Amino acid sequence: MVSVLADPSTARATAAAGSVLDPEVPVLTIADLGVLRDVTVDTDGCVTVTVTPTYSGCPAMDVIRRDVRQAVRAAGFDEVEVRTVLSPAWTTDWMTEQGRRALDDYGIAPPPGPRSGTLSDGPVLVALSVRCPQCRSMDTRETSRFGSTPCKSLWVCNACREPFDHFKAL
Amino acid sequence: MSAVPLDVPLPPLATYALRLGDDALILAQRMGEWIASAPQIEEDVALGNIALDLLGQARTLLTYAGEVEGAGRSEDDLAYLREERAFLNLHIVEQPGGDFGVTMARLLFFSTYQLGLYDRLQHSSDPTLAGVAGKAVKEVAYHRDHATQWVLRLGDGTQESHRRMQAGLAAMAPFVDEMFTGDGLEQSLSSAGVAVDVPTLREEWDRYVGSVLREATLEPPETTWTARGGRRGIHSEHFGHLLAQLQHLHRSHPGASW
Repeated sequence: MVSVLADPSTARATAAAGSVLDPEVPVLTIADLGVLRDVTVDTDGCVTVTVTPTYSGCPAMDVIRRDVRQAVRAAGFDEVEVRTVLSPAWTTDWMTEQGRRALDDYGIAPPPGPRSGTLSDGPVLVALSVRCPQCRSMDTRETSRFGSTPCKSLWVCNACREPFDHFKAL
Repeated sequence: MSAVPLDVPLPPLATYALRLGDDALILAQRMGEWIASAPQIEEDVALGNIALDLLGQARTLLTYAGEVEGAGRSEDDLAYLREERAFLNLHIVEQPGGDFGVTMARLLFFSTYQLGLYDRLQHSSDPTLAGVAGKAVKEVAYHRDHATQWVLRLGDGTQESHRRMQAGLAAMAPFVDEMFTGDGLEQSLSSAGVAVDVPTLREEWDRYVGSVLREATLEPPETTWTARGGRRGIHSEHFGHLLAQLQHLHRSHPGASW
């Protein structure tokens, strides 16, 4: 997890990196998304930012790495290295409450809240229903398990008839 | 970058990473062929997303194979500049998607195999392989679920959809055994805790696929022959055509970048 530190330069670098927005869902910061894993500043002022992809093939990762470098440089650090790690594997359980609310306000139904246990212990858990982010009805149905980006599925609301995206559990 | 001659063996770990990476890369290419051709627009999106997951897995595995080999080959060198005989993928992933029933039979067969494989591989003593598998196992669970839903819908659907789903199973049946045929390389890597010994995955595969087919009112397909040799670089006639499409842009403009 992102370390909470008293060191002011680490706090500044962490805030800068954490404020970068997901280019595919531009209301979520990478800190809210759980993609930002760690930020360290060494004694020479070099910053190492560790990120993890949501999905193996997530095309947003290149943009995220670039934006992180820019944001940390803009916060006054000249040397920035962005590392990508695969393990432990990202899960929607790492999304913050603030992130879930931001998604809902934006019109994307957020993933179900954190679960206990690990996914590899069993099949992917799918909620029985998803609340429509427009009219709040629970009378909705999935039209496709796969959506406009790897992390979303397509749903439609039977009450207000609007289609919407759902950030699916992983 | 010139291709490494065929008679120079790769380190076993590089070969293993390349096998898994090639499976993912080539199936990504086949799934991508459906974009703008699927039966409905949601299916274009679904098959495109599955292709993207597989491509992401392939990129990490090919990059790792290149690192272990230590000859300076990148993921692009390995994907675009190898000749047909240097690809180590299974035959099932290179077969044409043909009818949608064929594509769904393949996705059910392969994703069930890949899910079992990655589920074990996430406990590999090799941290890179464990990392790739731990991530991919969650993605592939969605792939298998997608294939399962379609096989049920088509098998237990109309007379025509049932017939074509049954034909899809028959088309893919000759390529099942190869997935579970291990070799010395995999056995020795598996004894070292690095790789998965694929014959041990068969029982669970038979159980899952069998239960889906029963529920879908489909007959288990039979076959009079089985494909072999993919892991040694022996491929079917379709593979050269696939590679031509996969590689021609990169080879036509050497060194070009976005």
